[in-house]
Amino acid sequence: MKAKMILAASTIAAASLGVISCGGGEQTTAGIEPRIFTDSLFAVMKSDRTNYTKLIVQRLGPNKGDFIKPDEHWEDNEMGAPLPAQMFRYGAEGVAEMTDEFTYSLQSLWPINKQNAPKTPMEQEGLQYIADNPGENFYGSETLGDTTYFTAVYADVAVSPACTGCHNGHKDTPRDDFEIGEVMGGVVIRVPVDG
Amino acid sequence: MKFINALKWKLWIFLVLGLSGYLGAQLFIQEEKADFLIGQTSHGHFQIEMACESCHGNGFGGPEVIQEACLSCHAEELKISQDSHPKTKFTDPRNVDRLEKIDARMCVSCHVEHNPDIMHPMGVSLPTDFCFHCHQDIAEDRVSHEGMGFETCASSGCHNYHDNRALYEDFLLQHAGNAWVDESGKQLAVELSAYLKDTVSLPTEMPPLSFPQTQKNQDTLGLWADSAHAQNNIGCDTCHDDRDNWNDSPNMQVCETCHSTQTTQFQQGKHGMRLAQGLTAMTPAMSMDAHSRLKFKASHADTELSCNSCHNPHSVDRVYAAVDACLSCHQDEHSTHYLDSPHGLKWEQVRAGEADFLEGVSCASCHMPRMEVEVMGQKVISVQHNQNTTLRPNEKMIRPVCLNCHSLEFSIDALADPALIKTNFSGQPANTIPSVQMALDRLQ
Repeated sequence: MKAKMILAASTIAAASLGVISCGGGEQTTAGIEPRIFTDSLFAVMKSDRTNYTKLIVQRLGPNKGDFIKPDEHWEDNEMGAPLPAQMFRYGAEGVAEMTDEFTYSLQSLWPINKQNAPKTPMEQEGLQYIADNPGENFYGSETLGDTTYFTAVYADVAVSPACTGCHNGHKDTPRDDFEIGEVMGGVVIRVPVDG
Repeated sequence: MKFINALKWKLWIFLVLGLSGYLGAQLFIQEEKADFLIGQTSHGHFQIEMACESCHGNGFGGPEVIQEACLSCHAEELKISQDSHPKTKFTDPRNVDRLEKIDARMCVSCHVEHNPDIMHPMGVSLPTDFCFHCHQDIAEDRVSHEGMGFETCASSGCHNYHDNRALYEDFLLQHAGNAWVDESGKQLAVELSAYLKDTVSLPTEMPPLSFPQTQKNQDTLGLWADSAHAQNNIGCDTCHDDRDNWNDSPNMQVCETCHSTQTTQFQQGKHGMRLAQGLTAMTPAMSMDAHSRLKFKASHADTELSCNSCHNPHSVDRVYAAVDACLSCHQDEHSTHYLDSPHGLKWEQVRAGEADFLEGVSCASCHMPRMEVEVMGQKVISVQHNQNTTLRPNEKMIRPVCLNCHSLEFSIDALADPALIKTNFSGQPANTIPSVQMALDRLQ
């Protein structure tokens, strides 16, 4: 699966050049549109994230079975389990160790950890857009350092009481009125297209 | 004239060949490469600074070679420490502005070796305001931090760049409010199996004892008879081979046959890191010569550090290994104050048989503590033979060591008090670090 992603990302980079020269002649190679690539990546991320939240944290955590204790510092608890946002970050960090063809992160206009607030103007614009337009994604292009990125922002929606309960009750939350089905943040995916 | 010119040429060629031979031999043959050392290294690397290839590979690689060398020794430690600033935090394009301030993807951005003029005690070569560049607006989230100086983040017992396992807010709250000392506290017990490689099976009966009949060996036999080795049917030939192929001085590789975790850990620490690089064993003299901040006894300057330096395999005296072995070499202020300190006085009770071994506080209790370690994917309680595990920053000592007997508040305060450390904790900390109280205040 990851190998396919890397292959697809490589193809995007090539496609961004428009044409791949081969053997002196000119051969046009049809690549994957960046939007299709990031949409596909998000589909996998969303599915995994929803399943972990519903099937593990909600079903086995304090909201139901109480067999596990989802906690930011889960390593220090005998029954500790990573929070859904941490699982997502661990995945992003694992990918970052394998490839630099794309990166992703979970951010919010109302982050518990301030490090997850929007940093770039495009992140701010994208997170605001998906919050104002439920059901829609945001796409754009931005230059960070000497690299231009195709940047996509997807809504991260509260899917279970585990999401709303934790965020609304956290001492560091800037907002305590999240409801299930509401946009709580966004997944930002970046694909380098030149640089 | 021709004769003089010819003589000059011959002399020139002789000098060039001689110099080339001298430097070439040092570069390619000799272990020590002193003439190629461009500057002293820090307390963490001087042991292997003459083994250039340990960090620089073959000398023709780029920064990635040095980075790989750093990780080959330190990656596991970073993982265990739950590194607060992993590389992946900086490879995300959204943090590219931070890379312009500090390229935290590479270890050498903060830890530049061979330049003692800019090296700080913690092995960091950056100016002490490095936290400020990314966290200057911290007071907006934490009003308690208003007005704190840029130099106080990592120097006051509150934060570390990598390892904050004993300093994060929830941990402070969880351990707040205990008495400064718990007299019933003790070290963790270690099962015999934790000392052995899991593939090792102890013999069910003692093999025939066969050894060269010398007076020395006869004397050794008496010692060995009361040892843990004898009690577990480990006879002479296990370490010395049989009588006809007698190995009079078994080395670390022999110990490693059964005690692989311990020898691996030993080679990760300051005592054994030279052996890990294929160099000769570390001696106190090397440290005395190499600008070490520690003092050592001249009488033991040439003691070679290996398993046998602390553990006599024929007596396996853990009381000796835990204190006497250390004090036979170390003579710095912290060490010389130990026996008169509260920890040392407690140890005297152990030595006198008035207290259980686990109730004592030895040098090893803090610097080679009995703690949970991962061996072959399994977590076991074992003596950590890598003394770096709890050395720097010293807050790494809080969880596996200090909290066994002391409150978190006392532990943080004591470890942040250099004068108290010098006297081996003979007294109370001079200052109170407010981090626990700040966490409690914020909760309210």
